[in-house]
Amino acid sequence: MIRLRCPHCGLRDHSEFTFLGDATVSRPGTEAAGDLARGGAWSDYLYLRRNPRGVQEEFWHHGRGCRAWLVVTRNTETHEVLDTRLARDRGDRA
Amino acid sequence: MSAQPCRLAHGGRIDRAQALRFSFDGRAYTGYAGDTLASALLANGVSLLARSFKYHRPRGIHSAGAEEPNALVTIGRGARREPNTRATAVELVEGLEAYSQNAWPSLGFDLGAVNNLVSPFFSAGFYYKTFMWPGARGWRFYERFIRRAAGMGAVADGADPDRYERIEEFCDLLVVGSGPAGTAAALTAARSGARVLLVDENAVHGGAIARGTAGADDALAAWHAAALGELRETPEVTVLERCSAFGYYDGNVVGLVEHCAGHRPDRPEGIARQRHWIVRAQQVVLATGAIERPLLFGNNDLPGIMLANAGVCYLREYAVCAGRELLVYTNNDSAYAAALAHAAFARVAVVDTRQEIAPELVRACAQANVSLHTGSAVATAVGSRRLKAVRLVGGEALPCDLLLTSAGWNPTIALHSQAGGRPVYDGERQCFLPGSAREAWIAAGACSGAFDTGSCLAEGRDAAQKALARLGVTPADIELPDCAPAFALRPGPQPAPQGKCFVDLQTDATTDDIELAVREGYASAELLKRYTALGMGTEQGKTSNVNALALLAARRKEPVPAVGVTSFRPPYTPVTMAAIAGRKQGARILPTRQTPLLGWHEEQGALLGDAGLWKRALAYPERGETRQQAAIREARHVRSAVGVCDVSTLGKLDIQGPDACALLERACVNRWSSLALGKARYGVMLQDDGFVFDDGTTSRIGAAHYFMTTTTDRAEQVLRHLEFLLQVLWPALRVHVCDATEQWAGIAVAGPRSRELLLRLFPDTVPGLPFMGVADAEHAGLPVRILRVSFSGELGYELYVPSSGGEALLRALCSAGDEFDVRPYGLDAMDILRIEKGHLTGSELDGNRTLADAGLARLAREDEGFIGAALSRRPGLLDPGRPRFVGLEPLDPAQSIRAGAHLVAAASPREPDESLGHVSSACFSPALGRHIGLGFLAGGDERQGSVVHVADPLAGTHVAARVVSPCFVDPAGERLRA
Repeated sequence: MIRLRCPHCGLRDHSEFTFLGDATVSRPGTEAAGDLARGGAWSDYLYLRRNPRGVQEEFWHHGRGCRAWLVVTRNTETHEVLDTRLARDRGDRA
Repeated sequence: MSAQPCRLAHGGRIDRAQALRFSFDGRAYTGYAGDTLASALLANGVSLLARSFKYHRPRGIHSAGAEEPNALVTIGRGARREPNTRATAVELVEGLEAYSQNAWPSLGFDLGAVNNLVSPFFSAGFYYKTFMWPGARGWRFYERFIRRAAGMGAVADGADPDRYERIEEFCDLLVVGSGPAGTAAALTAARSGARVLLVDENAVHGGAIARGTAGADDALAAWHAAALGELRETPEVTVLERCSAFGYYDGNVVGLVEHCAGHRPDRPEGIARQRHWIVRAQQVVLATGAIERPLLFGNNDLPGIMLANAGVCYLREYAVCAGRELLVYTNNDSAYAAALAHAAFARVAVVDTRQEIAPELVRACAQANVSLHTGSAVATAVGSRRLKAVRLVGGEALPCDLLLTSAGWNPTIALHSQAGGRPVYDGERQCFLPGSAREAWIAAGACSGAFDTGSCLAEGRDAAQKALARLGVTPADIELPDCAPAFALRPGPQPAPQGKCFVDLQTDATTDDIELAVREGYASAELLKRYTALGMGTEQGKTSNVNALALLAARRKEPVPAVGVTSFRPPYTPVTMAAIAGRKQGARILPTRQTPLLGWHEEQGALLGDAGLWKRALAYPERGETRQQAAIREARHVRSAVGVCDVSTLGKLDIQGPDACALLERACVNRWSSLALGKARYGVMLQDDGFVFDDGTTSRIGAAHYFMTTTTDRAEQVLRHLEFLLQVLWPALRVHVCDATEQWAGIAVAGPRSRELLLRLFPDTVPGLPFMGVADAEHAGLPVRILRVSFSGELGYELYVPSSGGEALLRALCSAGDEFDVRPYGLDAMDILRIEKGHLTGSELDGNRTLADAGLARLAREDEGFIGAALSRRPGLLDPGRPRFVGLEPLDPAQSIRAGAHLVAAASPREPDESLGHVSSACFSPALGRHIGLGFLAGGDERQGSVVHVADPLAGTHVAARVVSPCFVDPAGERLRA
């Protein structure tokens, strides 16, 4: 069982969280809509993920706790959790 | 009392004063308290316990512990029948009933043994090669016959009558195994003031000390007893026996299963049969010991052939001498203890594969009258149902009825391996040692390769001290008893086995199978395992893995580590599914959400149903009514008078902050800046991919304060989505979103007389309230939020009141005046009303609908500033041919249609035709007196008025229906604006 150290709540079981995947994706601005027919930035944002073997920054939501969205730095191979931060501390992303 | 021919008169830890009766295959026997089923059967001279998996060969007891591959039996009857139980792990209780399995018609005469005669055909991969014919369905046809022949016991006859529990546990140090190393570790940690959990899978703590395999050392036993006593007295220490650590998971979480009641014949009320512990340990000391592995030779599976330490254990712990003529077959020093221990009770010979034996062992054998054959090897065992003799490689025959064998020891590294440490091969000790730790564990004792008691004790203490230091705790020191001098275990050569030789006794995998697998190209350890089933039984390769790898390496002429290591997965020992489920069974599998009005529904005789986790009132059947009749009556009543309905399950979000309007404009397709104070608006959210996400009503109740309702189904998702927007995308927005779903009870009041009814309770608020207006009022001292909105299409209101006041408000509405005839309506009637009105639910907004598909395109703003705006304009979503929201009326009003049916052009069900869309909702409409439906139809707008066919092959119907507007009732909306 992966255990995450929530900045608000401390060390908690993964069953309190839901996972959303890669946190490094950047949401395109509205101007990116032009090349929709060919995929483009929106398609990458919504559908393409790197799925690395190794360290990845990923979104986790503490839905059964403080309801914070977290950015967790985790090794996908060993499940080692290297860092846990509040997503809101990164500033606006879109 | 029947005699126990193999029981010694004295010694052992059994209680001869407490005789216990038990039966095996219907025959009565007697054993003693402290026995296992295995030791009691051995004491009674029973050597044949089982038939093997594939060849149905006679099998006896091979070990004295969790590693037992042979003696699988069924315990108990009826609902408490438990198959595939290791006889070595079953504590004897009064009245125990055990049965052999995998034999028919009887254990002694098993017809399946014919497999043994044709065994050349049953080689590795035999099933897959043979039963594939004819074609892909072949295996499925044969499988059920093969499964029966390869029986692994029958499951219980009924639901499990016992109770199971789950415990969440936290500790500083978890110590697995209470042998010398584990006990020393736990004592060190206890004296240091740490919170300690010490667990052992056996009924009696002490590991090798309790089993007698650490030597007959009274000082050691006394030390252990004192240490255990102290541990049990220490408040921060928990000591558990019969508790197997079966899984080591991420985050230093260890799963344990504790057997609490199986050994208690009284089955006391209130005590769970098993407890599943989930332990979050800061540090773990793994002192799991080692398991002996056998030397291999022909017919090595005959009853009467055991691991050397098992012989010692049965002798010392259970006072059972399982033979009169003992042969010890070894390649290392550790098995000499077995020879010397038995010398007083049986004639003993030792066959050692090594030429050179330590002089003190030679001397000890001579003194004990043990004959010694060095530089020799057993070629094959002789006997039919029981060992009678062995033939040595030179041809010499030695009579014996018990053979104890040892090829060295395999550290028990299953948990270490599960925790991510890749095992490392040690050529000198011929075994795998734990690799480097990924999780926070330290190995101590035999599982780390220390095979003498003194080293185990010291390693246990040192491991605990190291673990405590990591936690910043100053470790205490403990005094350890003096032990016999340390010795290094260096197993000698393992002669190549001859004849029919079983590497894995449980899966009947032989040396020939390994040879064949290599020849056919399955030469890596992982492929070999899958091809031969080696190590895949309940025994999980505990005695067989290392021998198999050594054979594979020899065949490939490579060193063992080059051939590979098989990894271990949980569980280390079998775990019942019931223990994993714990109390999450039946109605407790998921939590149940109750609205504040549930008690009232029950009082009204409501038929309750599940809606997600919620319990909701489906209908309120009156005398003799079916559910559907009740729903139709309730819906009719709403259209003609007034009804009340519990809508507390709607998601309710309180949105406040200077940027609340900005958040709504980004989250929804609608315009919010134009929404006046005291007004509500129907809003729709899209996903980023341009499809509709959810809909609901949002009202403005303050300058920067909004109240949003979501659908019941999507409440949690909408909240999470808004939190994502606020915390991830736009943390600079100054808005708080708070879930108030459970804080407010919701009551819908609908029907032409709803205003008159509400006037009685809220005479000041209701008169001036326009359609889509919202106002705050008060009832019985509690605030009431009144929204004039309508899901039914009738004049309607939604009242929200703090949950505690929900029932009182509902009762007040129902008793406001007899002339109104206020009746409750349930979820079914609500569904009928909204289908008649063409309102959308999750059946329509299923994640694949655009605004245009759902007929909502007029709501969207022109700008790009909302979620989903960009991708909602992709060409595929703008395709005019996409299925559009339509109403459907069967041409024959008596004919019904069902949700899920497809819409096709063909009039006959025999003509295969492409789907033009589907029916999303359908019902009998009391307002129209006919069946109607809602659905999505390609080119739906152009097809208005035309006929399509509703194909429902599951129901066997094919119904012609006219395409109409989805709004069947009051399309102009005059009623709800009345």
